[in-house]
Amino acid sequence: MSVNNSSKTSVAKSNTAPIADADTLALRQHAASAVATYGRGDKIRIKSVRDKKLRANLRSLEAKTKEATIRAKGAEILLENNAGLLEPEHALERTYKIRQDEIVENVGVETAKLGFELKLESFGPYICDYTRNGRELLVAGRKGHVANMDWRSGKLGCELQLNETVRDAVWLHNNQSFAVAQKKSVYIYGRDGVEIHNLKNHIEATHLEFLPYHFLLASVSIAGVLRYTDTSTGQSLSSIPTHLGQPTALCQNRQNAILHIGHQKGTVTLWSPNTGTPLVKLLPHHGPVRGLAVDRSGRYMVSTGQDRRMSIWDIRMFKEIHRHHLRLPGSSISISDRNLTAVGWGTQVSIFKSDIFTRAPEDFDSSALTIPTPYMNWGGDGQTISRVKFCPFEDVLGISHDRGFSSILVPGAGEPNPDSLEAGTNPFETSKQRRETEIHSLLEKIQPEMININPNFVGNLDLASEEQRKREKAADMRPEDKVAEMKKKGRGRNSALRRHLRKNGQSNIIDETKVRAREAMKSRDKKEIEKVKKLKKEYGPALERFARKGMS
Amino acid sequence: MKIKTLSRSAASVQAPGSNVGKQTRNLDPSLHPFERAREYTRALNATKLERMFAQPFLASFEPGHVDGVYSFAKDPESLEHFASGSGDGIVKVWNLTSRQEIWQSQAHENIVKGMTWTRDKKLITCASDRTIKLFDPYSQNKSLPLTTWHGNHAYSSVSSHRSLPSFAAASSNISIYDISRAAGTPVQTLSWPTAIDTINAVAFNQTETSILASCATDRAIILYDTRTNSPLHRNVLNFACNSIAWNPMEAFNFAVACEDHNGYLFDMRNMKRSLNVLKGHVAAVMSIEFSPTGEELISGSYDRTVRLWSRSKGHSRDIYHTKRMQRVFSVTWSPDNNYVLSGSDDGNVRLWRSQASSRQGVKSFALRQKLQYDDALKERYAHMPEVKRIATHRQIPKQIKKAGEIKNEELKAIKRREENERRHTKKGKTRRTAERAKMILAREQ
Repeated sequence: MSVNNSSKTSVAKSNTAPIADADTLALRQHAASAVATYGRGDKIRIKSVRDKKLRANLRSLEAKTKEATIRAKGAEILLENNAGLLEPEHALERTYKIRQDEIVENVGVETAKLGFELKLESFGPYICDYTRNGRELLVAGRKGHVANMDWRSGKLGCELQLNETVRDAVWLHNNQSFAVAQKKSVYIYGRDGVEIHNLKNHIEATHLEFLPYHFLLASVSIAGVLRYTDTSTGQSLSSIPTHLGQPTALCQNRQNAILHIGHQKGTVTLWSPNTGTPLVKLLPHHGPVRGLAVDRSGRYMVSTGQDRRMSIWDIRMFKEIHRHHLRLPGSSISISDRNLTAVGWGTQVSIFKSDIFTRAPEDFDSSALTIPTPYMNWGGDGQTISRVKFCPFEDVLGISHDRGFSSILVPGAGEPNPDSLEAGTNPFETSKQRRETEIHSLLEKIQPEMININPNFVGNLDLASEEQRKREKAADMRPEDKVAEMKKKGRGRNSALRRHLRKNGQSNIIDETKVRAREAMKSRDKKEIEKVKKLKKEYGPALERFARKGMS
Repeated sequence: MKIKTLSRSAASVQAPGSNVGKQTRNLDPSLHPFERAREYTRALNATKLERMFAQPFLASFEPGHVDGVYSFAKDPESLEHFASGSGDGIVKVWNLTSRQEIWQSQAHENIVKGMTWTRDKKLITCASDRTIKLFDPYSQNKSLPLTTWHGNHAYSSVSSHRSLPSFAAASSNISIYDISRAAGTPVQTLSWPTAIDTINAVAFNQTETSILASCATDRAIILYDTRTNSPLHRNVLNFACNSIAWNPMEAFNFAVACEDHNGYLFDMRNMKRSLNVLKGHVAAVMSIEFSPTGEELISGSYDRTVRLWSRSKGHSRDIYHTKRMQRVFSVTWSPDNNYVLSGSDDGNVRLWRSQASSRQGVKSFALRQKLQYDDALKERYAHMPEVKRIATHRQIPKQIKKAGEIKNEELKAIKRREENERRHTKKGKTRRTAERAKMILAREQ
C-alpha cells in the first residue's frame, strides 16, 4: 500500500515539478542579478552571531536589504529610455567606418542638431568642460578666450577675453560658476562672466578638478603642488607637494573622490587631501603621462603616455589589464557613462567599446600591442585634439582642438536614464530645482576627511584595539626628551639633573643622556657663577658678601 | 547600419503648458556615489536638528497650587482630564487641551497623598488627615464629597479596581473598600503578617485585575491577590520604594521608584532579579510611571529633575529640568503618549513634550517621510562618535552634574573596595552579584 501511495504522489509531483523548478530558477536568477547590481556588499553570516537580540536584528536587516535589492531591480521596469546603439547589419559593415554625416542623416532632427562645430581659429588650442547635467558647455582657449553656453539652444552665457594664458577650466557644482586656471592663479567666474574670486594661493595651476560632493576645487601647479580649496566656505584645505615635478595629467575618480595625477616619469599617483604622500603609485608608462581617465563606476583607469601606450588598469586590484600602442601619443581620454572610451591622439579621435575593460588580453588580435578595433573614429582633418569630453546623459562627445570645438554624435555613449533627485545631475533642471538642490547638496556636503580609497569605510567599526591605537599614536609623537625635562625641574643641591647623575653617573657606561645631562649641569653651574658675579658687582664692595647662588 | 541615439525631448519630462516636471529615478548605485558618507552627513545633520528643536517644556498650568503637588491621577476614561492634589489639601482637575482648571475643592486638611479615578469618572482622594473622599468633578460644580471614609491612620495611596466598584487604600495595611456599599468599613484588609510599617504606594494591576502591588517603608515590595485575600510574594530591597507602577502593556511587569536613586523594573513571575535598573538620578526617585505604550518610563526625583527612560535601556534618554522646578513628587504620562506632566514642590504642574524635539501639528506627507527617514538614519549611525556625542549631550544644572560626579566617585570607591576584598579572599568565596540582583535583600513567599 505504502509503495503504491508514494508512487502516486511522485507522479503527481513530476507533473508539476518542472514548472515550479523553472520558476524558482528564474526567481533565483532574478535575485542574483538584483544583488549583483544593487547589493551592498557581502551578506552577514547570521548563524555565527551568538547574541540573540543582535541575531534577530541582523536577520531582519538582512531580509530588508534583500527585499530592497529585489525591489530596486523591479523598479528597472520604470526606466523610460533605452541606450543608443550603432550596429552593423551584415558582415561587411564596420562601425568605425561610419561618418558623422551618415549618423546625422539617420537620426531625428532634434538629435541631429546636437552635432555642431565651433570655428575658433585664433585663440586655440581649446579645452572644454560640461556641467554635471550636461546642459552647459565651457570652452577655454589657451590664449585667454573663455566662453560658456547652453549648447543645445546655443544661448551664450558669457564670452571673456582674459588676455592671459588659460591652462584649464572647469565648471563648479552647477552652471552658476566656473573656475579658470590662468597664468598666475585660479579665478572663479560667475556664469555671466563676472569675476567672483581670485584664488591667489593656487599659483600657476596647470590642471583643475572639481569634487562636487565635497565642494572641493583641486589644482596641481607647475611646481607639482596639489592644492584643495573648499568652494563653499572659501577655505583652502591643504597644499601637498607631490615632489614629482610638473604634473602632466589629472583626473578624479568619481566614486571615491581620489585624484589621479600623471607625472613626467610615467607614474600615476593617487591622492586624497588627508595624506601628505600618495596613497598609491602606479607605473603605467615609460614617458610622461598625457591622458588619464577613470570610469564612472570607479573600477577602471585608462592612461595614455608620450610612449604612445594606452594602458588599461583595474584600480580595485591596481593591476594593468592590458596595454596597447597608439600610432601617436594620446593627448586626452574621456570615458562615458556607458564605458565608451574616447582617446584623442594627434588629429584623430578613436572611441573604443566597453569591452576593452572586460575582455581578456588574449582576445585581442595577435599581439597585445596593437590597438583594438575602435567602435568609432573621427578627425584626421588637421586639427590637433587637445581635449575630448563626453557629454553626460547625451550621445555626444565634445572635442576641443586647436581650431575650436566640435560636438559629435556617438550612439550609445550616454546614460539614458538620469536620476532627477540626485543633486546636480538632472538635465531638465529648472532654476528653482537648481536652487533647492544647491541648498540640499550644501547641507550634505561631505567632509574631506571622508575621502578614502574605499568610500564605504564610513560607519564601519574601527576594529583596532585600544592598545594598538595608542601604540600608533605614540609612534607619531616625538619621544620625550629626558634631559630637557630635568633641566626644567629646578635647581639646587638636589636638582633633578644632579640626582640623575648621582644615581646613574657612577657606572662606566657613557650614553647620550648622561653626556647631555652633564653638559646641562655644567652650563647651569656656569650661569649661576656668572650671576653671582654680576650680583656682587651690583651690590658693591660693602655688600658683596650677601650675594649668593640661587638668588634671582 | 542600425543607428539609434538617445533623444529625450523636454516635453517628455514636462508636458507643454504644465508646470510640473516629471521626476525620474534611476537606482543604479554608480549614479549615487558616496552613499555611506552622504548618509552619515545626513544622520549628523538630523541629530543636530533634533537637538536644535528640542524644546521639552510647554507650559505650567495656571493658576497652580499654593503648596507642593504630591499626587496625580489621570482619568482612564478621558484623554484630557487629570487631577492634581497638593500639600494644603486642595485637589484640582485640569483640562489638558485648554490647560485650564475645570474643578477644584478643598478636599482635605492635610497633604493629599493619593488619588485615583473610578471607571464611572469619580475621583477618590486620600490624605494624611485619615480620610478618603469620593468626589464627582464632572456632573456638578459642587466641591463637597459624595462619600467619606474615615480610617485610623493617615492614608498614603489609593488605587481603584479596573472593573469592580472598589478601591484599595494604603495606610499601615491595605484596605479594600467597596464604593457601592454604604458602610464605611473595608470589605477586605490585606497585610503581610510580620509587616507593621507604613505602606508608601499601592497599585492595582489593570489587566490582571485582582493583582495588587505595594511598597512600604520597611523596604518591602509585596504582591497580593485579592481573590485569595492573601499576599503572594514579598521582596525586601536595600532601600525603601516611593512609588510603584504597572506596565499597561505587559501586565506582569512593574516599575518601582526607589530611595537609592534608581528605578527598578520587575517581572512579578520572577522576582529573583530585576528586569532592568534605571540609573541616573542623583537623589531619591519619588515617582515613576509607564507610558501608555509600555515602552517608556518617566520618573521624577528629589534632585529636581524628571527623567525619561526607555524600558530596555539603563540610561535615561532625556532629562528635563527648569530653573524654578523644585523636588518632583509626581509624574505622569498623558494618555495619548505625546506629553508628560510633572508636579513639584513649588506648586506647579508642568506640561512637557514626551519627545523633546517632536511637534504635534499637522505635518505634510513630505515632512512625515523626511522625519521617518531621519529617524532611520539616526538609528543606523547612532554608534558614530560624533552622532552619539551630540545626541546624548544635555545641559544639566551644575549641582546635579556635580552631585552625579561625586556619586560616581563614591560608587567607584565601593566597587574598588569590593574588588579589593575579593582579591584578598579565597577564590570563589565572594561571588560577584549581578547588578540586576544587587538591590534585593531578601525574598519571602
